Amino acid sequence: MTLALNDHDRAMLRGDHGPAAKIAMTIIVRMAEVSGAEELLDITGAHIDSTVYIGDAGLEFAERLASLGAKVAVPTSLNVSGLDEHHWQEWAVPPEWARQAQRQMEAYRSMGTTPTWTCAPYQTEASRPKFRQQIAWGESNAIVFANSVIGARTERYPDLFDICCAITARAPAIGLHLTENRAGEVLLQMKDIPLALQQSDDFYPVLGHFVGKIARDRIPVIHGLAVSPAEDQLKALGAASASSGGVALFHVVGVTPEAPTLEAAFQNKSPHETIDVTMELLRNARAELTHTDSDELDMVVLGSPHFSLAEFKRLAPLIAGKQKHPNVKFLVTSSRAMTQLAKQAGYLDSLQSFGAQLTVDTCILTTPMLPPEIKRLMTNSAKFAYYTPGLLGRKIAFGSLKDCVESAVEGKIIRDDSLWAS
Amino acid sequence: MGKLILSGKPFIAGSAKGIALVSREPLSFWGGYDWKTGEIIDRRHPLSGQIAKGRILAIPFTRGSSTTTAVLLESIRAGTAPSGIITTATDFFFALASVVADEMYSKPIPLVAVSDSDFALLKTGDEVEIDNDRLVVVPT
Repeated sequence: MTLALNDHDRAMLRGDHGPAAKIAMTIIVRMAEVSGAEELLDITGAHIDSTVYIGDAGLEFAERLASLGAKVAVPTSLNVSGLDEHHWQEWAVPPEWARQAQRQMEAYRSMGTTPTWTCAPYQTEASRPKFRQQIAWGESNAIVFANSVIGARTERYPDLFDICCAITARAPAIGLHLTENRAGEVLLQMKDIPLALQQSDDFYPVLGHFVGKIARDRIPVIHGLAVSPAEDQLKALGAASASSGGVALFHVVGVTPEAPTLEAAFQNKSPHETIDVTMELLRNARAELTHTDSDELDMVVLGSPHFSLAEFKRLAPLIAGKQKHPNVKFLVTSSRAMTQLAKQAGYLDSLQSFGAQLTVDTCILTTPMLPPEIKRLMTNSAKFAYYTPGLLGRKIAFGSLKDCVESAVEGKIIRDDSLWAS
Repeated sequence: MGKLILSGKPFIAGSAKGIALVSREPLSFWGGYDWKTGEIIDRRHPLSGQIAKGRILAIPFTRGSSTTTAVLLESIRAGTAPSGIITTATDFFFALASVVADEMYSKPIPLVAVSDSDFALLKTGDEVEIDNDRLVVVPT
């Protein structure tokens, strides 16, 4: 099998469109060959995860492309960076790290991108792809959301590749770009899950964590939900499944656009495997998200993926008229765009009087913002819960949004287990 | 035990030799691999606490984060990467790190995919030599 390139691809590969496009096309062609692609296809949007500052290699890659005059050829949003650009000094971020992360932000900003600095680009109309649109997205939660909830088409692209696709407007014609590869593979059948639990916000991250572990790198189909989950619940489900597993596309029968029926979700094929999702399995999954040995609490962290306007709206009445415990920090991470909308809607006033703090552009996992005395965290995000022990070396407890607020008020971890008991 | 000769699909060709570090559990390098030391830091992973620097790492595939590629690239540049990686299928995330390491630093690491049944023969501690499509395994 050989890779067929068109004249424009070959021109980029020769360097006719400049040295940056040449590097980008060289990498795309090599990776297309590795993945057995027969051709490349046009993409019309990109989301760049390479903005996250990890170390010198990623920065050198970005600055090399930028110094060679790289420009994106399609509308391109940017993922979180390594820094809350204008507020990092309020936290424990070392200045040397800030300088490097800032250089990486500058490099990607210089390429004609839209500096959205968010892991949830689907929350704004301008960056949200359309049904069936071919795109090249990085950031695991954004990928799974775009594919599953919107029905846009992206392969699970890693950092460094997303920018190559944006510069060339091309991607290998592989994987989830192609209809035949989007059929469900594993059937997850809900068994006697109480309606009240299905309506609760902490159900979806737990379900996602479970789905990721079962599906691994296959496409799961969730069947038998009695409710139609809200967009933020699907966001939480996807982010969790892309953390505990490699899920880049899921279907929820009757909810997501490629799954109006069970047959449609599987493209009339049979599932490779069928799993009954029972309360016992979900209770175990929920327990795995908590990695702590006491009820002590230093900080509550919300907003992974970035807090949406709807989440600000839900949080406001829960904290109204209350104040967090003086020994506990309460952090919400979001984008500049959502924060601005929340401010206009008046949701930030109650946050301020509660004693909460806001961070934009980044998240606790991608910037070294937490001071060393913060050792015990609590979150409503399965993704934060999954990565916190390894990335931050901190203890973590998982709870609902309400549990998080009540714990912050009391100064210790409190969780309402009643919905999970039966 | 005699040595095993296995054949695989070298999705990034090359040769490397080292002591195997093997798990059936997939791994995300972001949150799972400390590129400054080469330690596996996913505290839920069976290889947590092991140093993969200079070893032949065998895991079926990468999971989760898009940043796995960037972390492997950092570790190749810093000299803390595994000397080669064995998977059960072509892994795009690992492959890209190796391709970019080649383009930027002329330092690719070999990557080879083997069948599930051959993968099941590998054990931590085995001496493994990767030579393009050929794997020579001397069991512990």
